Amino acid sequence: MKWLCGAVLAVLLSAPVQAQSVVATGDLGLVVERATGSLLLVDQSDHAVLTRIEGLGDLSHASLVYSPDERFAYVFGRDGGLTKVDLVEQRIDRRIVQAGNAIGGAISDDGTLVAVSNYEPGGVRIFDAGTLQPVADIPTGSKTIGLVDAPGRRFVFTLWDAGETWIADLSGGTPDVTRIEDMGTNPYDALITGDGRLYITGLFGEDGLTALDLWDPDPKPIRVLPEYGRGEEELPVYKMPHLEGWARAGREFVLPAVGHHEVLWIDGDTLAETGRTKTHGQPVFAMARPDGRHVWVNFAHPLNDTIQVIDTLTKKVVHEFKPGPAVLHMEFTARGHEVWISVRDAGKVMVYDTRTFEKRGEIEAESPSGIFFTARAHRTGL
Amino acid sequence: MLKLLLTVAFCLLAITSLALAAESSPPQVLVSLVHQDCGSCHGMTLKGGLGPDIRPEALAHYDVDTLSTVVLDGIPKTAMPPWRPLISEADARRIAEYLLKGDIK
Repeated sequence: MKWLCGAVLAVLLSAPVQAQSVVATGDLGLVVERATGSLLLVDQSDHAVLTRIEGLGDLSHASLVYSPDERFAYVFGRDGGLTKVDLVEQRIDRRIVQAGNAIGGAISDDGTLVAVSNYEPGGVRIFDAGTLQPVADIPTGSKTIGLVDAPGRRFVFTLWDAGETWIADLSGGTPDVTRIEDMGTNPYDALITGDGRLYITGLFGEDGLTALDLWDPDPKPIRVLPEYGRGEEELPVYKMPHLEGWARAGREFVLPAVGHHEVLWIDGDTLAETGRTKTHGQPVFAMARPDGRHVWVNFAHPLNDTIQVIDTLTKKVVHEFKPGPAVLHMEFTARGHEVWISVRDAGKVMVYDTRTFEKRGEIEAESPSGIFFTARAHRTGL
Repeated sequence: MLKLLLTVAFCLLAITSLALAAESSPPQVLVSLVHQDCGSCHGMTLKGGLGPDIRPEALAHYDVDTLSTVVLDGIPKTAMPPWRPLISEADARRIAEYLLKGDIK
């Protein structure tokens, strides 16, 4: 009897210990500290930093993607560094430097391949997600931008200098590349819609955007809003806008114009213009809240202390505020009840309620830029 | 009325920019501008991104005059914007010197 009590006690005692060792990652995220080459592992619900992970090299313009199980992050640094970070162990799992100058990456829909978009040498390199061993090298002879994952173990990317989009199909192991010419002059970034159907690239060298219908077996460039700035003098662009797969708000897309202080609205089916909204400055990110009801916009230097919130039914600015100097990035919680905002020169990440716009918290961070929550693991194109 | 308002707003903006442009900025402000904001295109370490490498060895073929003109007026038909609306000629010159020598006064 005494022995039995002891056994029960042992089980009871071990239970809490075991509970403490379980790390669920669905509520976590990573914040890039660009100047110090470090990441903050954060807890969304607690508005708290769990730990700082250091030693990731040059993280200017860094971005990352998550493994399907939300355990690992793959971090793409400017210096060509590809770092696999373990959120459960809270440490770097492995790290390689795969090129001289890189601009971002993507993970295949099955989570087995990680692709990196490179400026130097121009092209895309693909690695095994488990080991980071090289799987394929696709040189393009051009700075390569707008790399996204597409369904069916494919990657789509675009050539800044050559104005082409390439679709690399890795379903058969080795890349089968389809080249699409005549996308336009100097495509600077691109997005893929959450359903994996439309790939849209923004153009720096001319007004307008170019879309591809990836459901078409032989996709052809579709001009979108050609000459959207006709007759207007272009304004200087002190920071290139970003295009990401959150652009769809209800039945429309909202996209930043280049060289004009406005966001552009297009019909999600016909790709015809449905409106424009004048904005405070050159938009950098125009992010639809996950429910699509509002779009949050931040701006390029020197107007980058401001955020505007646009109502997607009226296309009017309904809220404007100044979180602080150099707002670089915003990230919504998965269902959009809160937004995290990195304010680089204040050394803080601010958390706001997306309905009341009330500030809900803040955390200290060293020159924070990108914020990435683990729910991205389950979204195509993020 | 809207047009008048816009004109007034534009004039105010222009005056503010001029006021800013007339000032000489402290070195740390210029260094931060170069690495953080020029760094949007050229990389925070200036080794290049969408824009080229602008470390001293890469810019050796420029003199201070030419380079400060590039900073002020940009390079047409490229992504290099004119910074004249935001910075003074004197500051552009100090930025050019910083880029060429890696030092700032």
